[in-house]
Amino acid sequence: MKPTTLKRSNAPIFWALFGAGGMLSALLGPMLVFITGIAVPLGVVLPPDTMSYPHMLAFAKNFIGKGFIFAIIALFLWHAAHRIFHSLHDIGIHAGTGAKLLCYGTAMVGTLIAAYALLAIGF
Amino acid sequence: MNKRRPYVRSMDGWWKKNPFFVEYMIHEATALFVAAYAGILLFGLLRLSQGEAAWNEWLMALKNPWYIGFHLLALVAISYHTYTWFKIMPRTMPPVIVGGQRLSAWAITGSGLAVAAAASAALLGLVWGMAR
Repeated sequence: MKPTTLKRSNAPIFWALFGAGGMLSALLGPMLVFITGIAVPLGVVLPPDTMSYPHMLAFAKNFIGKGFIFAIIALFLWHAAHRIFHSLHDIGIHAGTGAKLLCYGTAMVGTLIAAYALLAIGF
Repeated sequence: MNKRRPYVRSMDGWWKKNPFFVEYMIHEATALFVAAYAGILLFGLLRLSQGEAAWNEWLMALKNPWYIGFHLLALVAISYHTYTWFKIMPRTMPPVIVGGQRLSAWAITGSGLAVAAAASAALLGLVWGMAR
């Protein structure tokens, strides 16, 4: 077989997104959940206006803030989609193209919605 | 013609029989919490883009005891993800040779967890500093 006829696998792309999301969620996931889901709603540890509209709008308009929000949401979604897709086999579901489209498709749609919202917020 | 009907052993609950696979299934299941948390953040981001009233509604909704309960569970699940992520790292990354010796699994896991702790402390400090 000529090397040019070999079909290049798309697996490394999904694997890289899984790895990046896994690393980001391992490093910052627990603290992010604590900040946005526990400390701010309960008004403990952090100042009460930590996630006020002016604060969060300024953060989302900032170039670094935009990138951070996008990376967190998109990579978390791609990490979870890849892991859930590969776990389907373990719970007895013979995952085919449909399951793949559903898992990675959800991550893709989420990524596009995040990009749209961040662009709508403006700079 | 008779259809062949070979016996196929059921694989239902295969992982429950071995503690190693039970642990594996638990650490794979942390992805459900990562996905749900990303969904909550994505919805918040969408509300932020819709203006102040929409954002404040989302912020108020997070005070709901069900949300608090979910976030407590997610905190446990994602912390466990952090632990297992660095625990299996010695087997998921290429061998690191330091001074002619292969870096021990313990050193890789330990430094990963130390970096995670430092990153978490830095994040909390940064948010605290920006909000003040």
